[in-house]
Amino acid sequence: MKIDRRHFLIMLPAAAVAWKYVQAGTPEASPNYKMSDHWWSMLIDIPKCIGCGNCVRACAAENDVPEGHFRTWVERYHVTDYDMVNPLVISPDGGKEGFPSVPEDAGKYFFVPKMCNHCADSPCTQVCPVGATFIAPDGVVLVDQTYCLGCAYCVQACPYGCRYIHPEKKVADKCTLCYHRITKGLTTACAENCPTGARQLCDLKNPNDPIHAFLKTHHVQVLKPQMATGAKVFYNELDGSVR
Amino acid sequence: MSRFKDTGHLLRFAFLFVVAFAIFLVVRHFVVPKSFGEYGHYRGNAIGEIAARPVHFAGHAACETCHADVAAVKQGGKHTGVNCEACHGPLQKHVDAMTVDGAQPFTPPKLDTAVLCVRCHAASAAKPKGFPQVDADQHSGGLACETCHQPHSPAIQAGGAK
Repeated sequence: MKIDRRHFLIMLPAAAVAWKYVQAGTPEASPNYKMSDHWWSMLIDIPKCIGCGNCVRACAAENDVPEGHFRTWVERYHVTDYDMVNPLVISPDGGKEGFPSVPEDAGKYFFVPKMCNHCADSPCTQVCPVGATFIAPDGVVLVDQTYCLGCAYCVQACPYGCRYIHPEKKVADKCTLCYHRITKGLTTACAENCPTGARQLCDLKNPNDPIHAFLKTHHVQVLKPQMATGAKVFYNELDGSVR
Repeated sequence: MSRFKDTGHLLRFAFLFVVAFAIFLVVRHFVVPKSFGEYGHYRGNAIGEIAARPVHFAGHAACETCHADVAAVKQGGKHTGVNCEACHGPLQKHVDAMTVDGAQPFTPPKLDTAVLCVRCHAASAAKPKGFPQVDADQHSGGLACETCHQPHSPAIQAGGAK
């Protein structure tokens, strides 16, 4: 291909725009893991969730989550007859020890596991005044806890309530999508320990990931799509009453 | 050149401004971490630090390298999809104890089926209809679950649990 001066000058602005993406793809943190090859997300299959709380316990054990705070939790929805707007939601201790038993025929019940949605346009990273929270090049929203001031702007900004201030460290803490695991080829602690396979780690940049076929053939939603956060936690068969 | 007379006070101010700016640049050079801005408006090294946190759940692939016999029992059973540590708890320490020279020995904790089985299988109308659920007291009459069900492949076989 021959490029004359005229074409070179025409392409120059495009190259300038692309440059930061070229840069973002080059240096890598760990030797066998290339950040630019991944775009992580998670699939939560509502009809499979039995509300056992294994994910909540596993998350706490894996990430030393302080008592009373949750990086992931499970909510039980109870939609009483015809009232879609006011579901009764409980989450005793985040669902860590499961849920109280329900007698037969008492309305519609289902469990909704919640966690950081690792939004592609996350409101929480936009409000950080010091650059302590960010979207990593592989799509995971992380907190640099050595840089965080603990101002809690991000805690307020998250529309899903997925962040908290760590009671001892006094800095923002949240789901890392088990970044220390997924960069080593493991799945997240919650997905590893889900007995029914209701949670699955997905890599949207991997063309062989079953998520692509799943998203095309199932009724999948994200939470609060009207917020335009680009949430990447996909819920299969999510009920319309879920907020 | 009459326009530029009495400029001493302006030059002094400009000089101070340049000095202050230079001090700002020097301080900034030392205060802002080297990797800040490597990928975006944050400290690039933070990514590596978060990735270096310790793992607690080893993952079922690690278990199955040694416990192939258990994996074979699970294969084809109802609990095929239930990963080892979902019941046995986080066992990276156990993996380290078995594979790393000089690591602390670690004995996996004993499990209580009375707690573990019921966590998933206690009857509740809130659970999906197809999921096997029992009222534990009525179902077993006080017998321990593993009297009849072998947890790795819980369908009752002829001759009872092995």
